[in-house]
Amino acid sequence: MSANTRLVQIRQHVLKRNDVAARALRARFHEAGTYVVSLVSSPGAGKTAFLEKVLGSLRDRYRVAALVGDLATDNDAQRLARAQVAVKQIVTGTVCHLEAEMIASALEGWHLEELDFLFIENVGNLVCPATFDLGEDLRLVLFSVTEGEDKPLKYPTIFNTADVALITKMDMAVAAEFNAPAAHRSIQSVRPGMEVFEVSAKSGQGMEEWLNFLQSRRSTGRSDSASP
Amino acid sequence: MHELSIALSILELVEEQAELQGGRVAAVHLKLGRLSGVVKEALVSAYEMVREGTPLAQTELVIEEVPLVAHCPVCVADHPLPSVQQLGCPVCGDLTAQIISGRELEVYALEIES
Repeated sequence: MSANTRLVQIRQHVLKRNDVAARALRARFHEAGTYVVSLVSSPGAGKTAFLEKVLGSLRDRYRVAALVGDLATDNDAQRLARAQVAVKQIVTGTVCHLEAEMIASALEGWHLEELDFLFIENVGNLVCPATFDLGEDLRLVLFSVTEGEDKPLKYPTIFNTADVALITKMDMAVAAEFNAPAAHRSIQSVRPGMEVFEVSAKSGQGMEEWLNFLQSRRSTGRSDSASP
Repeated sequence: MHELSIALSILELVEEQAELQGGRVAAVHLKLGRLSGVVKEALVSAYEMVREGTPLAQTELVIEEVPLVAHCPVCVADHPLPSVQQLGCPVCGDLTAQIISGRELEVYALEIES
């Protein structure tokens, strides 16, 4: 540093703008009484199939809706719309993750106070979404039995920023020679104490337990839903 | 490649601050935690690309990597963590250890020529 240069401390979070937008969303969700759950996973882990089942199960008792991030198509939104709930696609183009401002724009014209649950399916990606707060109450990370038990060790950041892990496609566990204890060890290593559910959207395994957890979180979990 | 979004955010933040402070920004100092989810090399490449043609074209990005540290409530002590794959307490194995350092993604200072 030369003599005529001064060092000015500014200490600003690089994603300040996203954080501000996420805080505003979180305040809106709380005000409206909408419990917001986001889903992250690698492509093909079964986010859409899982969400289709969840929306279908909740729809009779709650007012539910979903936002779906996708790079190029609206295929997932069309699939989710079969559950007969409000679904909106966010086509991100070349952007590999959702940001809080994309959620805010997608919600324009929606009446949040008419929703009990809002699900946000992120773009299939286990790297980029980790850094962006979307104002959600609960972040789920999904990985399937075919992906390898060490997936959490390969993507520690996203597992560490998530609240709950779901091991999906349990109906294929035997065929995939899935080693459940090893998978649980991997998860606990990068996110000590994390809540984990083993589910299958196809057979229904574990879905009731998961749905009970979700509903109890909605009624009691608000106090510990502070920003990460 | 979210490093591109991150680099653009850095540029935006620094341009805003440069206007407030006055003077040319010679360097940007960034703290980058090992658990920030951002890859240093990718960020440097993205930054060098996005600064082209802006007032920050000559502004250097200086990255300080921040190690992982956890506070363990059982040991009542702070411990450095050896790996991003072992985030429990490295001494007693407690699962409630809180990461107190290593998530940083922060522009902490600017070098400004007056």
